[in-house]
Amino acid sequence: EDKEEDESKEEDNGSQQNRASRRKNYQRKNRDGKKAREEGSQKKDRGKTAPTKDQKGSENKEKKTTKRGKEGENKQQKDRKNSNSSASSNSSDEESLSEEELVMLKEQVEQKKKLISTMRNKPWRMVKKLSVLREAQDFVEKFEGALGKGKGKKLYAYKMMMAKKWVKFKRDFENFKTQCIPWEMKIKEVESHFGSSVASYFIFLRWMYGVNLVLFGLIFGLVIIPEILMGMPYGSLPRKTVPRAEQATAMDFSVLWDFEGYIKYSALFYGYYNNQRTIGWLKYRLPMAYFMVGISVFGYSLMVVIRSMARNANESTADGDDENFIFSWKMFTSWDYLIGNPETADNKFASITTSFKESIVDEQESNKDENIHLRRFLRVLANVLIICCLCGSGYLIYFVVKRSQTFSKMQNVGWYERNEVEIVMSLLGMFCPPLFETIAALENYHPRIGLKWQLGRIFALFLGNLYTFLLALMDDVNEKLAEEDVVKNITHWTLLGHHNSSAGNDSTVTPPPLDPADVPRGPCWETTVGIEFVRLTVSDILVTFITILVGDFIRACFVRFVNYCWCWDLEAGFPSYAEFDISGNVLGLVFNQGMIWMGSFYAPGLVGINVLRLLTSMYFQCWAVMSSNVPHERVFKASKSNNFYMGLLLLILFLSLLPVAYTIMSLPPSFDCGPFSGKKRMYDVIQETIELDFPLFVAKIFSYVANPGLIIPAILLMVLTIYYLNAVSKAYQRANAELKKKMQMQREEEKNKRNNKAGTNPMLQDLEDLLTPSTKTESPPKEAEDKKRESLNGTSPVRKPGRGEVLAGSPMASGRGAAFIPPSQVFVTQPRTLGVRAPYPGQPRPWGHPLGPLPGRGRGQPCY
Amino acid sequence: AYKRFSELLPKEERENACSARVPKSQILTLPELRANPFQHRICHVFSTSETSDDSMSFEDFLDMLSVFSDSATSDIKSHYAFRIFDFDDDGTLDRKDLEQLVNCLTGQGEESRLSSADMEQLIQNILEESDIDKDGTINLSEFQHVVSRSPDFASSFKIVL
Repeated sequence: EDKEEDESKEEDNGSQQNRASRRKNYQRKNRDGKKAREEGSQKKDRGKTAPTKDQKGSENKEKKTTKRGKEGENKQQKDRKNSNSSASSNSSDEESLSEEELVMLKEQVEQKKKLISTMRNKPWRMVKKLSVLREAQDFVEKFEGALGKGKGKKLYAYKMMMAKKWVKFKRDFENFKTQCIPWEMKIKEVESHFGSSVASYFIFLRWMYGVNLVLFGLIFGLVIIPEILMGMPYGSLPRKTVPRAEQATAMDFSVLWDFEGYIKYSALFYGYYNNQRTIGWLKYRLPMAYFMVGISVFGYSLMVVIRSMARNANESTADGDDENFIFSWKMFTSWDYLIGNPETADNKFASITTSFKESIVDEQESNKDENIHLRRFLRVLANVLIICCLCGSGYLIYFVVKRSQTFSKMQNVGWYERNEVEIVMSLLGMFCPPLFETIAALENYHPRIGLKWQLGRIFALFLGNLYTFLLALMDDVNEKLAEEDVVKNITHWTLLGHHNSSAGNDSTVTPPPLDPADVPRGPCWETTVGIEFVRLTVSDILVTFITILVGDFIRACFVRFVNYCWCWDLEAGFPSYAEFDISGNVLGLVFNQGMIWMGSFYAPGLVGINVLRLLTSMYFQCWAVMSSNVPHERVFKASKSNNFYMGLLLLILFLSLLPVAYTIMSLPPSFDCGPFSGKKRMYDVIQETIELDFPLFVAKIFSYVANPGLIIPAILLMVLTIYYLNAVSKAYQRANAELKKKMQMQREEEKNKRNNKAGTNPMLQDLEDLLTPSTKTESPPKEAEDKKRESLNGTSPVRKPGRGEVLAGSPMASGRGAAFIPPSQVFVTQPRTLGVRAPYPGQPRPWGHPLGPLPGRGRGQPCY
Repeated sequence: AYKRFSELLPKEERENACSARVPKSQILTLPELRANPFQHRICHVFSTSETSDDSMSFEDFLDMLSVFSDSATSDIKSHYAFRIFDFDDDGTLDRKDLEQLVNCLTGQGEESRLSSADMEQLIQNILEESDIDKDGTINLSEFQHVVSRSPDFASSFKIVL
């Protein structure tokens, strides 16, 4: 029964759960009814007690249960339990006689259990599965009780019951979990319309959302909320107050939109935080927490990405690089059964046809490629063009950032000048990929390789842009650092002057504190960096959404409605509908995530913005895809490219870690803003905590550990470990290749033998055919088990071809012994296990296969 | 699944959906199967009807879904895939089966059909690759051998309601 419910769960895994529960109920009813009846009839057959009444009752109930709800079910379960217990007591009375019987029984029970657990792996009909399953379970239930001896029996039964309860609980929990997965239905819907590749993007998006939610929780829970609850309120410190000069416009929308004014002096940015060691009544160490959270954001992301990469790698056990079966794969596995939309299906037909044609042409012309020089030239040319594009875009960004620095010094600059950097970067991101695509048309690669190249190039573009941006920002930061020294002195002197003036007037009264808005302050480069990143992110979000809205939705509306009064067919002709651009979207997502990682240290609120963005883009893009996109011209399958995305993500995570680590380790923090102000370096906060809050010996241990004498050996050890593991994995790979080669050789041998033998006399073939089935009799225990079950259950509708053969063959070959006596000299030289057989008409072929990498290959497969 | 199944039944039969059979034409209206080129084969393979009209009972329907579900092993999947592709039900994939399979995959349109020379070439290639014992047909074990190596068979051979 457990198993059966598993079955039903397995079918429903992805689909709606309410259905599942309904169906489950139904199934239980159905099953219980049948079960009870079966039991009744069994008893009758055995001629023990007279269960006619019982049987009738259960039959009646079965009729009722289809209409009645749980009542009947409950009753029936009780009923069933009663009958079971009576049966088991009966049997235990009988069976507790002899030891041997007990042992035998135990074995049988074990076998049945094994059968139950392997049931799912057998390609049987559901009806048969059910009946076999029921029988096995009955058997187990009946005799399990008999196994425990005397006192242990009750305990045993109790254990069994608990085990069952546990299984049920686990199953319910699993169901609950699947129910909790968000957007499952949405993704399935998209999947059924566009195939699995588009869905893979949404799954990636959902995964990303999960990761960002965790980061958001970390940052908000440990940094922002404590600061808001327990930190000094707004206006109490210079760093938490809008300066006097800006106060007039601080609430204007245009200023807020640039993340200046009140937003700049809020908990969203680094500069707002105070350098007080502990805050509030909890003595919360905010600077320490800030630093640790900044590190753990990276730590967590690295861990998650690498773990999911490892999981993906584990799942792809099949050797995808095997080039032996290109055609067969195209033939047998090219159809994506998830496609449920006729349009997509048409595209899929077309793409399969072209792929067939292509591979045929490839096969025909694989060795004669006449204009290879032209192609090479074109490829080199394309690469040169693309490198030019990349360099140009890099320079453009550098130029623009430089210019924006001069703009920022000037007064009253326009909106365009202020947002030039973001606009240029977004435009580059919008127009370069299509340009690359056009250039890539020169190269004439296979589309899958072409896609990889395209992805790589766009990635390089984004990365180059990001890094030029960073470099220019770094220049800016250095400038600000120089400026800071000057301001520091000014601030110092202002405060001093204020103090002096008040002291001069009245030396007994403490001077009235200077209004925090009036204190001159440094440029606070950390907040500047944070603002840059936030602006970039927001403009990226806007550009993405506007692109979708204009490029997809407006276009689709235009095509749909103007088509009635236009001179050519818009839907089939030029504008048509947009396709969903998987590679571009994935890269955009990855790139965006890189910016989040980089910026989150200086703008803790950035992750919150990103969570919002992902949430909206999930709904928005789902809607846009369903409403205004058409399926791909070439429908790709989402094969194992998931790890490719993950690899990109890892790379960008690493690359975004670098600048943050650099700024933390080697730039001095601003003197008057942020949690680390007043320290020489940001990581000093750790030393401080260790020295002040831990007992002395911990500090000592840390100072020893931080000694280069210990760190260098540790690094060496790690490098050596990596080297060793690498060597081991290489050895495994070699062993793998060796085995593969062996297998191929075996196959070749077999082929040759086969070809040679085709000419020899058919007598040998006949003899061989008699031989091979008999070797099968001692093949896997599963077979034996099947047979045993069959002999128990004479009414089983399945006929085993293997067994039939054995029966037919054994009299002629004088039983199993024949297998070990080579009948002729020809066979001595031949490895019997290879089992090369001729097609033998009129006899079902035994499926034993020498190469069998699959489990259970030797087992006779029932054929319907 | 039960709900979906009973939706296919006419109103008066809903009461005892577990014993009724749904005719083939009704099964084919399922959106998941509508676009599938192997819909007839799927119905045929999973049907247990004695009159061979390819109608399905609820258990057959469950059977189908369990084979196409995520958690079915690739062994089962390949076994049923083999039977779906085996158009004449003779236990092997011979040239005619392969030809029919190619036609299914390339769709109904005239312009998308492969020419007979191409077809010949294609089938030749396939047989060369996967017909290990060189008897001109592909049997189940050969088929499973080939398919089990394929990286994306298990992910594409599934249907979700």
